[in-house]
Amino acid sequence: MSDLYLNAAVGGALTGLVYGLMALGLSVIFGVVRVVNFAHGEMMTGAMYGAILLAQAFKLDPLVAMAPIAIGMFLLGYGLQRGLVNSFVQRPEHTQFMLMVAVAIILTNSQLIAFGPNARNVQVDYALDSYQFGALIIDKVRIFAAIAALAVSGALFAFFRFTLTGRAIRACADNYLGAQVVGLNVKHLYGLTFGIGAACLGAAGCLLLLLLDVTPLQGPSYTLLAFIIVIVGGMGSLTGALLSGLLVGVSEALAGVAFDPSAKSMFTFALLILVLLFRPQGLLGRRP
Amino acid sequence: MNMLFDGLPRRALVALGLFLAVLLVAPWLVNAYILSLLVVVLYFAYAGQAWNVMMGFAGQLSLGHSLYVGLGAYAAAMMFTKFGVNPWVGLLVAVATTTAMGAIIGFLAFRFGIGGVYFAILTIAFSEFVRVGFDHWPWLGGSGGLFLPVANLSSNDLLNLRGAPIMFYYVMLAMCVAALGFCRWLLGSRLGYYWQAIRENEDAAAALGIPVFRYKMIAVMLSSAMTAFAGVFYAFYYNNLFPEQIFSMGRSIEIILGPIIGGLGTLIGPIVGAFVLTPLADGLSELLQWAGIDVPGVKQVFYGICLLLVVVFLPNGIWPMLARRLGLEREH
Repeated sequence: MSDLYLNAAVGGALTGLVYGLMALGLSVIFGVVRVVNFAHGEMMTGAMYGAILLAQAFKLDPLVAMAPIAIGMFLLGYGLQRGLVNSFVQRPEHTQFMLMVAVAIILTNSQLIAFGPNARNVQVDYALDSYQFGALIIDKVRIFAAIAALAVSGALFAFFRFTLTGRAIRACADNYLGAQVVGLNVKHLYGLTFGIGAACLGAAGCLLLLLLDVTPLQGPSYTLLAFIIVIVGGMGSLTGALLSGLLVGVSEALAGVAFDPSAKSMFTFALLILVLLFRPQGLLGRRP
Repeated sequence: MNMLFDGLPRRALVALGLFLAVLLVAPWLVNAYILSLLVVVLYFAYAGQAWNVMMGFAGQLSLGHSLYVGLGAYAAAMMFTKFGVNPWVGLLVAVATTTAMGAIIGFLAFRFGIGGVYFAILTIAFSEFVRVGFDHWPWLGGSGGLFLPVANLSSNDLLNLRGAPIMFYYVMLAMCVAALGFCRWLLGSRLGYYWQAIRENEDAAAALGIPVFRYKMIAVMLSSAMTAFAGVFYAFYYNNLFPEQIFSMGRSIEIILGPIIGGLGTLIGPIVGAFVLTPLADGLSELLQWAGIDVPGVKQVFYGICLLLVVVFLPNGIWPMLARRLGLEREH
């Protein structure tokens, strides 16, 4: 019995790292551009369909498809920010929100029209392989997905920490006016940020495709999941997002074993409510 | 009564009176299909008005209003099917339930300084939480749904809300008029001015000595209480309830599209929004059906594009622009 829980928890933690990567994208966009990307899950669903198309057309493994999908999502994100979102940066919060809701509705239903309502997935030939460590049996795909998620997250951390562009973006986030005063091209940097967030999302989508099916109407629930992970982890904290993604993954998996898989989101919401009550700044966030 | 009409130009009063007169005779002039459409329009006008109290007046963005519709619907339907209580008494239970839910959410959020986007997420989270809960509650049908005995359409039993669509039409029309009057009164009261102060600048309002927490709580509770009726109506009009549908985020968004497209924070906006949006979407469905295109999702894409266009080009909504053009604005 305890083996069952252990296996579920480890599997959940590995899935959670991919959730964390997805939430990182949201955290980056909100932390810098200060626009809530309410189309987050819908954009990721789009990336997942992109990966499916690549798998069908070129037999590309989703792990390989990560690169072209991330680049494509980067370009789309950059375009979306420059073309549409940027004029909303200084507008009231609810207007930005409605804008992204509109984008989300259009994306979800375009996907429904294009791909039909049925669930789709990609079969890789190592889908059923697993590693065994004593009582612990871990799916190969989960390990691969988790390692890839960590690698992409690591690259993101390094980008923000060590590159000049990364520092410039952080400067915009810290002080919008100051960044303009010292001559940073804020519009371009915002576009880059949105693009980077979307690229994370594209990578996360490809990795999730190894683990789960994709349906066109799943977008809103992933948007919500990403938000919950970011709030639980602490707004603006990248490590927080990763950690809380892990936590949500574990709680989902344990809830699935202990109760009913369809009730797993209740535990995630309960986690959110608890965090909002007792630690509103999030696990690793700083008090505003 | 005078206060309700203060400052309105004569032509606005005439327009309002004419509009109401048209709505009063409309059911006798149109066919069953248009009537059913009008019932839906009025339903969204009412629900939008209720939502507008919270967001339009007090500036608290709720994206989970389907929670109150669903709870209201389930509360009244439960009282009716399990205990034989008529829907008007059931409405009291529904109002008590949704108000309590609103109070819990408001308390949790405002007590800990959660506002703006975080508040909106919290409202969605609660709505989803309750949806999953109802999905796993077999006593009320679980995910299989809760059904009311289908109405006898030949006789209208107002007390038990069993009857023909025309009865539901007049009930909803009366509630819309009542909600409009109530909101007009709210907006002109001290409460309304406090809300608007909080909406425009919460810190400034607090600095002026307005007990911000208390007035935000009142906004959430009033809005959720008003929404309960929309739920009761839904339950008795459609006679079936599925958690998956009634609590869904899509339903919440449908409710708030009207006021936003019509004009956030205005009294007529939610009504205009409902009258524009519902027939447009439905007309499009009809058109697609006629053209032989039966693809799910087309209607929603259209919704999305409408919303996008309004948000980008008419950030204040249709009504403020329309009122200015037609000279129907209130004089100050």
